[in-house]
Amino acid sequence: MRYLTERKRAEGRGAAHSGVGHHWYMQISAFGLALIIPTFLFVFGAALGGDHANALAVFSRPIPAIVTALVLVVGMQHFRKGMQTVLEDYTKKSTRKALIMIITTLSYGLTATGLFALAKIAL
Amino acid sequence: MVQLTLPKNSRITTGKTWPKPEGATNLRKFQIYRWNPDDGKNPSVDTYFVDMDNCGPMILDALIKIKSETDPTLTFRRSCREGICGSCAMNIGGINTLACIYGMDEIKGDVKIYPLPHMAVVKDLVPDLNHFYAQHASIMPWLETKTNRPAKEWKQSIEDRKKLDGLYECVMCASCSTSCPSYWWNSDRYLGPAALLHAYRWIIDSRDEATGERLDGLEDPFKLYRCHTIMNCAKTCPKGLNPAKAIVEIKKMIADRVH
Repeated sequence: MRYLTERKRAEGRGAAHSGVGHHWYMQISAFGLALIIPTFLFVFGAALGGDHANALAVFSRPIPAIVTALVLVVGMQHFRKGMQTVLEDYTKKSTRKALIMIITTLSYGLTATGLFALAKIAL
Repeated sequence: MVQLTLPKNSRITTGKTWPKPEGATNLRKFQIYRWNPDDGKNPSVDTYFVDMDNCGPMILDALIKIKSETDPTLTFRRSCREGICGSCAMNIGGINTLACIYGMDEIKGDVKIYPLPHMAVVKDLVPDLNHFYAQHASIMPWLETKTNRPAKEWKQSIEDRKKLDGLYECVMCASCSTSCPSYWWNSDRYLGPAALLHAYRWIIDSRDEATGERLDGLEDPFKLYRCHTIMNCAKTCPKGLNPAKAIVEIKKMIADRVH
């Protein structure tokens, strides 16, 4: 039992003075992804159905490689921040912190793996 | 984790069916949530029948009739009976609204009445709004000035006064906040649509001189940014206001400070 007033509970620890950066990034990246993802689908479509040599040839070209890199970087950052919001909505306390750490690690890991694979193909 | 099921002691059971009024031919069935903290039982839904030929047109009229003529233990808040005080907010037919301005003809079939969702219940249809009111107080719902007080009054142009339309009408009934999933999951930290609408009302008041401090106090991942523009608040508001738009405007003002 803690005899806290409702006002103390409502005020909490005050404002974190952050959040606008996250919000603004999600707005901008959503707009960017709305342009990049359709372009990537064309790139991916060009590589789809062909043989291995054709796929390597597609992702070796500068524009497809750059678009793919952008999808990896911007897309995974958007995913990371979006999932962070979802986890903050639906989980609490230590579970929340642990899951956010896992999602952050996963998104950076996937980005690094994808960029490494792309570099190996394109360079 | 978010609770997707009710705790065992909150699961709703079938309650008492009260006798039909004698001689009445035009009856309407009401199913009303009941819970008494003193009897140690789970909540239940009682069934009442109201003679529609001898009852006013609003849901509150029926509730008052039930309390007066059938069951004096039925507990609910009410005061002004004209949508100004915000006391009689409850969930009627699945919608959070004010019983006094919600017509019975707006509901087809049986009338189902529950307290505002996801709030602790004090008794029957009375939710505990202490935290909700404390959140409202935390946004400083008053005029803050630093300039010396003028001899007569703080002046405001007609254009600036018009900016408060659609905001000042809020009666703090809590229908919006209790319809918001973000508020359900994180009401301990998220201020909710009602408090944020009031915050915006003071932020854009041309006479207020604490705009920066107000925005500083709201820039927080939980206090403000839990709003995902779900729009339940605007859909349910019995006064026809749009808290979601006010929240978007606050987000834009904070973003404008850094970009």
